[in-house]
Amino acid sequence: MIDYSSVLSKTVMDLKKSGIRKFFDLLNDKSMKDVVGLTVGQPDFVTPWHIREAGIESLQKGKTYYSPNAGFTELQNEISKYLKRRFDLTYAPEQTIVTVGGSEAIDLAIRAVVEPGDEVIIPTPCFVCYEPIVRMQGGIPVTVETTFEEKFKLTPYALKKAITPKTKMLVLAYPNNPTGAILTREELEELAEILRNTNIVVLSDEIYAELTYGTQHTSIASIDGMWERTILASGFAKAYAMTGWRLGYLAAPAPITEQMLKIHQYAIMCAPTTSQLAAIEALRNGDEDIQMMREEYDRRRHYIYEGLRSIGIDSFEPQGAFYIYPDLRRFGLSSEEFCNRLLYDYRCAIVPGTAFGQGGEGFARISYAYSVKHITEALSRIESFVKSLKK
Amino acid sequence: MDKILKLLEDDATLTAEQLAIMCQKEVGDIKKMIKQYEQEGVILGYKTLIDWDKTDREYVSALIEVKITPQRDRGFDRVAERIYNYPEVQSLYLMSGGYDLAVQIEGKTMKEVAYFVAQKLAPIEDVISTATHFVLRKYKDKGVIYGVVEVDERGNCG
Repeated sequence: MIDYSSVLSKTVMDLKKSGIRKFFDLLNDKSMKDVVGLTVGQPDFVTPWHIREAGIESLQKGKTYYSPNAGFTELQNEISKYLKRRFDLTYAPEQTIVTVGGSEAIDLAIRAVVEPGDEVIIPTPCFVCYEPIVRMQGGIPVTVETTFEEKFKLTPYALKKAITPKTKMLVLAYPNNPTGAILTREELEELAEILRNTNIVVLSDEIYAELTYGTQHTSIASIDGMWERTILASGFAKAYAMTGWRLGYLAAPAPITEQMLKIHQYAIMCAPTTSQLAAIEALRNGDEDIQMMREEYDRRRHYIYEGLRSIGIDSFEPQGAFYIYPDLRRFGLSSEEFCNRLLYDYRCAIVPGTAFGQGGEGFARISYAYSVKHITEALSRIESFVKSLKK
Repeated sequence: MDKILKLLEDDATLTAEQLAIMCQKEVGDIKKMIKQYEQEGVILGYKTLIDWDKTDREYVSALIEVKITPQRDRGFDRVAERIYNYPEVQSLYLMSGGYDLAVQIEGKTMKEVAYFVAQKLAPIEDVISTATHFVLRKYKDKGVIYGVVEVDERGNCG
């Protein structure tokens, strides 16, 4: 008999199953068919037709071969132009790498930089992937809790306190999943002030950059002295409703790109050709699609924020992404208990804040990537539950 | 302003309260705006899209191309008016190209539609000819795809 526990990597076995996965597994049960969920972390729009058509056409023309490792030059050119056009960032096409989703971009960035014993500062609550990837590199995740009271922003004070001589990387994921927090140019300036004279690399996960409301997204790479120490990870999923195409990209100074490209070459070879050819169309003719979707999310954002408030649930008003992160502390239940009871007794699913790491207790993530009708139904179920708690 | 029209065009069931929250306006202002649109005839009505093929109602529709002789001074308007006043006529357009009016009509049976064309439409003086095309299947109307029930297939992944 083979003893798997002695065969498998201890590092991997020690990784915790993500909290969000555990909750999603509950939802996949057949008995959950009548549940109204606000859990999905992807747009409810279909990829705009002209982009899908570009993908279809590429298949019709038999473009089923590999692309160059870093991606089609044409796509790299478009990414370079796009970053300039939308965020005033200057990257030569060869300073970009086309990846399999924003996820691979994050993975490459961490693997290219972090060595055993290196510390990586990760503001939480956050998306679930940074910590495990750092651990697989033998790095040490140093989580820094952001709070409701500070609008879930990483503060200069907290950053300074977390930095040690071993700090190698800072993960900045704004607009933030799950909180909907953003960092303004002024706030980024303050963080840059601390980082500028260090050797700390910033991994800026800007997958939600196109989804900010009322303000234009600023990338930390556009702040003086930060370009040279920033790895920008982004993708097409959220901006163009292209989650299933699995396409993202990295932009960084050449010495970093060169190393990340090596890992990409060995592990992935190249991102899917069909997706890349569709993405060229997205970048060339998709600005209006982004605008349309952003406006729709913005209306739902107001709707869900006010809807929650009217039933007695306060939230930090999200300024980016498509999540709201209500404060449930006054109900006296743990996040998990709140979400489980809402799920089992009132048939409505939201994700417990604890799934997103430290600082999530007392909160939950609600996605508003749903129709107004769907949100209305979910809100009425949450209202019934909350009323039952007050009695 | 146009935003509210667009939202209502997509979903007439949105209440003034919902619109107010989504557009960050006062409910009173939204109500006033809608009323004004209605008075000015910008908003003409609120209807429901129904896929009759899914019901047991007997139903056919047809598109009829009509060629007419325009009248001095009044052009096509008087003939158009005579045609659109029939309750069977669902829509009527003046067209460029090979014919003049496009008439969309609805009836219970093909016979009923044929009767309408033969007895009501064709005899109108100034109508030179008609060509009736029966609709075999409606795929999409007013931006909505028919016959497909939308199911949220998004997985819980990210």
